[in-house]
Amino acid sequence: MQRDSIANTFIVAVSLCVVCAVLVSSAAVGLRTRQDENKKLDKQKNILLAAGLMEGQETSEEIEKTYDSRVKPLLINLDSGEVVEGEDPTSFDPIKDAKSGEDDLRIVLDDDPAGIKVRENKEVIYKISDSSGNTQQYVFPIRGYGLWSTLYGYIALDNDMETVNGISYYQHAETPGLGGEVDNPSWKAQWKGKKIYDIKESEGVPKRSVELTVKKGNGMTDYEIDGLSGASITGKGVENMIKFWFGEKGYLPFIQNTVPTSGIPTGA
Amino acid sequence: MAKKSFKQILLDPLFNNNPIALQILGICSALAVTTKLDKSLVMSAAVVVVTAFSSGAIALIRNRIPNSIRIIVQMTVIASAVIVVDQVIKAFAYDLSKELSVFVGLIITNCIVMGRAEGFAMQNTVADSFVDGIGNGLGYSVILVVVGFVRELFGSGSLLGFQLLPLSKNGGWYEPDGMMLLSPSAFFIIGIFIWVLRTFKTDQVEAE
Repeated sequence: MQRDSIANTFIVAVSLCVVCAVLVSSAAVGLRTRQDENKKLDKQKNILLAAGLMEGQETSEEIEKTYDSRVKPLLINLDSGEVVEGEDPTSFDPIKDAKSGEDDLRIVLDDDPAGIKVRENKEVIYKISDSSGNTQQYVFPIRGYGLWSTLYGYIALDNDMETVNGISYYQHAETPGLGGEVDNPSWKAQWKGKKIYDIKESEGVPKRSVELTVKKGNGMTDYEIDGLSGASITGKGVENMIKFWFGEKGYLPFIQNTVPTSGIPTGA
Repeated sequence: MAKKSFKQILLDPLFNNNPIALQILGICSALAVTTKLDKSLVMSAAVVVVTAFSSGAIALIRNRIPNSIRIIVQMTVIASAVIVVDQVIKAFAYDLSKELSVFVGLIITNCIVMGRAEGFAMQNTVADSFVDGIGNGLGYSVILVVVGFVRELFGSGSLLGFQLLPLSKNGGWYEPDGMMLLSPSAFFIIGIFIWVLRTFKTDQVEAE
């Protein structure tokens, strides 16, 4: 058959497509389980990192063991702040919900300091227990825009719903060495013990207000995080996403339900 | 043209006919993935594998490929190879795959791979093309590793993640050079590399 004939062109094109398609799909299918496991493990690792339950060098068995014994996912409704019972939190993908474009799954934000445009209605958070089963802290997923990219991470609060236990970002594309230093363990270490909320009296009612800021300089108070040098905009992004996720449109309703302000002395 | 030996085909692209330094191909990814040495190494391995197998595969069917669709056939083969490599990296080196993100996928658009397919594999035997693919992949790797080495050492004070120069922010003496972490530094390093190479191999200097 003529090499440049129309028939040969079709034969070559079709057989090439078939061969390549089989090759690509068998690679994708064959490696799927392993990839999904990597993803799941990476997520668990970052939740534990935020909660300060591991250092980052642990083997996958250790991660799974700690995760299974200490972490319990909770599905919450962000607007009402209530825990949604009867649905399996592990089957939820809140970020997919947010991007879905369906009105019963997400809302479009008017006031959007974190730069995320849409927010899911149901979010999965993680309750961490100590070894005897008492709730010790909560890990909240956060995300927001930095300089180049959306940063995705977790932040852990003690059960007083005020004191930060740790922070961890699992996905971002900030400048390596500058904004990318949000991954730096020594930067993340200073988050431990910082406070997100101050209780302020407003018209006789105590209210939580997000006071945590990322700033430059020395002498940080409990409400200040030392920014990353050369990464002011990433720092601002981190500050804004804390402001958003712990505000009215974020986890505040859930936090109010869990630890009502009435029990906390004001001006502390 | 006298037939080249395997050794020549393999080693020529390293310094004598380096795809980045002499042909100035594939620069874009060389800027993006060289901030850390481990990223450079994984990217290099991926490019070697993709170039070798796609060139080999194209040489295998070169006598069947109709002229009118030869570029799209090459593209399809290369794209398939890249996707397979990307899947393998995601399965076995997940942390690195997160950092390399889109750049493994962008090997498809790397001019070196396409250039070797069209310029070499279409006229040569399977074995020659496969070796040529490895050689050109390695030529690309040489530059990536050199640039990655310099950028990680001076930009972060470390190599493969091990801290060699104690950083001043952690109480050491080394003040990292932030520019090394930005893309323009890769241009300078590649430029200097070409300069040094052409000082030793004067035949690579273009005629005035």
